[in-house]
Amino acid sequence: MHKIVRSLWLVVFGLLCSSILFAQGTNTEADVMRSNGKIYVVVAVCLTILIGLFIYVFLLDRKICRLEKGKD
Amino acid sequence: MLKKNWWKILSLLLLIYTVIAGYLNKVPDLPIIHQSIRNLYFHVCMWFAMMILFIISFVYSIKYLRGFNLRKDIFASNFAAVGTFFGILGYSTGAIWANYTWITDQSQSLGSVLKEPKLIGAAISLLIYGAYFVLRGSFTDMDKRARISAVYNIFAFALLFPSIWIIPRLVGSLHPGAPGSDSGNPALNAQNDLDLGMRLVFYPAVIGWTLLGVWIATLKIRLQLFKDKTLINA
Repeated sequence: MHKIVRSLWLVVFGLLCSSILFAQGTNTEADVMRSNGKIYVVVAVCLTILIGLFIYVFLLDRKICRLEKGKD
Repeated sequence: MLKKNWWKILSLLLLIYTVIAGYLNKVPDLPIIHQSIRNLYFHVCMWFAMMILFIISFVYSIKYLRGFNLRKDIFASNFAAVGTFFGILGYSTGAIWANYTWITDQSQSLGSVLKEPKLIGAAISLLIYGAYFVLRGSFTDMDKRARISAVYNIFAFALLFPSIWIIPRLVGSLHPGAPGSDSGNPALNAQNDLDLGMRLVFYPAVIGWTLLGVWIATLKIRLQLFKDKTLINA
């Protein structure tokens, strides 16, 4: 069980590392969020939406789980 | 709990990776589309997820017809529903993308550009699946509904082949994959445009979006099974 999670994290970490290599560009401004034409702001917004969506689906999942357990 | 639900976590992690790498990775600078090639990680993945969900739905319809177990019918209909939803998302994102890449002349309207074999084929297949839900809704008898809609679902799946895989490959189109555009696949030009860096994001993205679709479908299925519990067990 822990093995699966650990290997999953490893896979994603590896993928992210490779993306960092690709993403190296010239930063004209010091602030990360304002560099690269503020693309990081878009990334932050989309990540917020994505994580929010996942939290919603996760809570729905838990709710249905409780329903199923309660009536059995 | 973790042993059963690891793929949900995988879906979240893959999609986080898709968003981060999808926006920040270097992409080949192609004419006309430029940075919008990043839509590949989102628009194309919707269609991939739709196809995989439809395949699952098709398999459950066959399974239903083999044993007439109503659980299988619930599985088939809910996978088809989520698949159709992903198809609608793919269609609308494609319309937005086409609006900014296919219109070269300012006097052109989006409506004239969207008369495309690929898009019409996709619309037809979505409408066929829409008819599947109309058909389901028109029955009051559960067994009859399950049986007829399972047969119809197999027909709908069979029609996916000509409408989105065969005809777009035969006729000219602005969409990648038409015979004139020297690419082999209606979804992506794998030979020239999709370099290694893009593949590294695209394939994880397909898996991530598909898993999210499957997750939503299982939620719908569990809710329906819970509602119909008394009916199925009776």
